[in-house]
Amino acid sequence: MLLEALTLQLGYNATLVTIGAALLGLAAGATGTFLFLGKRALVSDAISHATLPGVALAFMAMVALGGDGRALPGLLLGSAISSAVGLLCVSALTNRTRLSEDAAIGAVLSVFFGLGVVLLTVIQSMSSGRQAGLESFLLGSTAGMLWTDALVIALGGALVLALVALLRRPMTMVAFDPEFAAGAGMNVRRIELAMMGLALAITVVGLKIVGLILIVALLIIPAVAARFWSERVDHVVLLAGGIGGVSGYVGAAISATAPGLPTGPIVVLVAFGLFALSLVLAPGRGVLAAILRHRRFQARVHVRQGLLALAQGQPIYEPLTLRLMRGRGLIRADGVATKAGRAQAARALLDERRWQLLRSDPAHEEAAAHYDGLTPLESVLTPDQLRALDRGLRPGDVQAGALQ
Amino acid sequence: MMGAEFVALSLPPILIGIFAAVACALPGNFLLLRKQALIGDAISHVVLPGIVGAFLVTGVVAAWPMMIGAGVAALIAVGMIEAIRRLGGIEPGAAMGVVFTTLFAAGVLLLEQSDTSTVHLDVEHALYGNLESLIWLDGMGWHSLLDAGALRGLPPELPRMALTLLLVIALTWLFWRPLTLSTFDEGFARSLGVPVGAVGLGLVIVAAIAAVAAFDAVGSIIVIAMFICPPAAARLMTNRLEVQIAWSVTFATLSAVLGYVLAGYGPLWLGFQDAVSAAGMIATVSGVILALAAVFGPCRTRAGTA
Repeated sequence: MLLEALTLQLGYNATLVTIGAALLGLAAGATGTFLFLGKRALVSDAISHATLPGVALAFMAMVALGGDGRALPGLLLGSAISSAVGLLCVSALTNRTRLSEDAAIGAVLSVFFGLGVVLLTVIQSMSSGRQAGLESFLLGSTAGMLWTDALVIALGGALVLALVALLRRPMTMVAFDPEFAAGAGMNVRRIELAMMGLALAITVVGLKIVGLILIVALLIIPAVAARFWSERVDHVVLLAGGIGGVSGYVGAAISATAPGLPTGPIVVLVAFGLFALSLVLAPGRGVLAAILRHRRFQARVHVRQGLLALAQGQPIYEPLTLRLMRGRGLIRADGVATKAGRAQAARALLDERRWQLLRSDPAHEEAAAHYDGLTPLESVLTPDQLRALDRGLRPGDVQAGALQ
Repeated sequence: MMGAEFVALSLPPILIGIFAAVACALPGNFLLLRKQALIGDAISHVVLPGIVGAFLVTGVVAAWPMMIGAGVAALIAVGMIEAIRRLGGIEPGAAMGVVFTTLFAAGVLLLEQSDTSTVHLDVEHALYGNLESLIWLDGMGWHSLLDAGALRGLPPELPRMALTLLLVIALTWLFWRPLTLSTFDEGFARSLGVPVGAVGLGLVIVAAIAAVAAFDAVGSIIVIAMFICPPAAARLMTNRLEVQIAWSVTFATLSAVLGYVLAGYGPLWLGFQDAVSAAGMIATVSGVILALAAVFGPCRTRAGTA
């Protein structure tokens, strides 16, 4: 069943929804990256909640003009206008008053959403008996998706993607360093507005499939997940688009396999699954990599300290040190040093003595900054410098080093 | 409008609205000053999986299991946000966005998967609450307020919300010094021996308690709006914390009363038949108050700028 869904063989509607969701995820992931990199991910929350009054007002306007009231383009236009007003309110509250951006976001999202709910109840009493079905915009509804709806989503998503590709350089600069971008002669305010405008377009396009409460997830989660895998903006944008697209595709396919699996939530949960995988598995920034790095570091410290103890003839009691040194063949099971152990211990002691000498000499201040108790001095100084340094060592130390 | 009908139909919802608004606005002041205003938003989103989970475990729609479920969900969300922030090195806003949308999605999925057709449990209820239905059938008039038998018929949300408000007030009063110190100058507070981390966590927990108690009666919208709008408007009125809190309580009360009255009677004045959503109207009124404060408030600009 899932395989059929993934290969688009579950009928016309399921295919439309799956392709639409994939395109939406792709565009949302790429757009959301710039919001996330600019540390403004939650602005999208204000944008999405601010669509509700627009949807309701557009419905009322279309009914007042004698139309059906449920035409998707009209509703989307209304939602775009009201979320643009919400966006301007966030920007005005942040720039003109002392309130911080998060307070402005929270205020706009709750007030606009509240107003939207008031308008929804007005519609309910207005068209008593005829359900407007506008509640489906809260959580999305793909059951009755039409070819034209899919077309609107596909065109909107493609347009947003093209604009992202076009504006990616200025948006990157503004996201990372607005002051520098302004210094380079860019109109930061306009680029920020463009960034928000793209997020707004995604929100509006995504209303039908995932609904206004969950569209935020598609803007944030893929970007956060992609950030784990790369340090380069272009790669993060591509990866985020990929993660968003896969989430949309797989999520919509899963939701088509059985009833009671609403598309929006499933897409979000798939995206979160990919995020969780990235959090754990990504090289470099992932949790697993961090644990391995920590373990390697711990082992190096323990072995180094163990070797120094061996060289100075001190007993070792620390169980982890003993285990690591036995595992590396530096000591025997009874704790006596092997030949290799003695050689390495002598080298470690020589290194430690050299460091001591180096750090007591102000002339070597710069090299001394590299001291962390683990880095061998050979990797810091040239052989000539080492030889010069060794002249200051006491005879016993050099002999110990020469043993190896 | 002020007669027996008012006592039975309007007094309890207005009181519950006021209590809920003030209980959220009080911790909201500190969250706002600590730039954690959106914690309230995150908490109220994760209430949904909490109540659905509680329903699945207990099989009934009852107040206490749901509140406990919502509280547990809120704590899980706070824990997840912290974990993602620390383990992944993600900025708090994005970590919050990841967690609350995911938990909300899980809540919707759980709701769709479980058999809730026989009980009144849906997304709309969690969002809007049901303030209008909290009526007091035994309230025959103002004299009923002195009648013990009639008082027992009060909607249970009223005493629950009043207790929550008292708890929030008591905790704010008790921990005033550490709370203000750690809000304004964390380093100084730490040097005085204030457990800054514990105070911060305590504040979030109190906010969660207020949010969870309030959502049951009034829905998530009011919770988010009251956490942010009255404190934000109050912030634009004054530079003193005590005065700010007084203003925020005033604004919260005003929003609750005006919002309820406008929702209940406004459409009638305009010649329509039905009332509109009180929860939505209260949030809207709080937004209007914030807008007025942003335009006319005496301390609306940042220090140093004209």
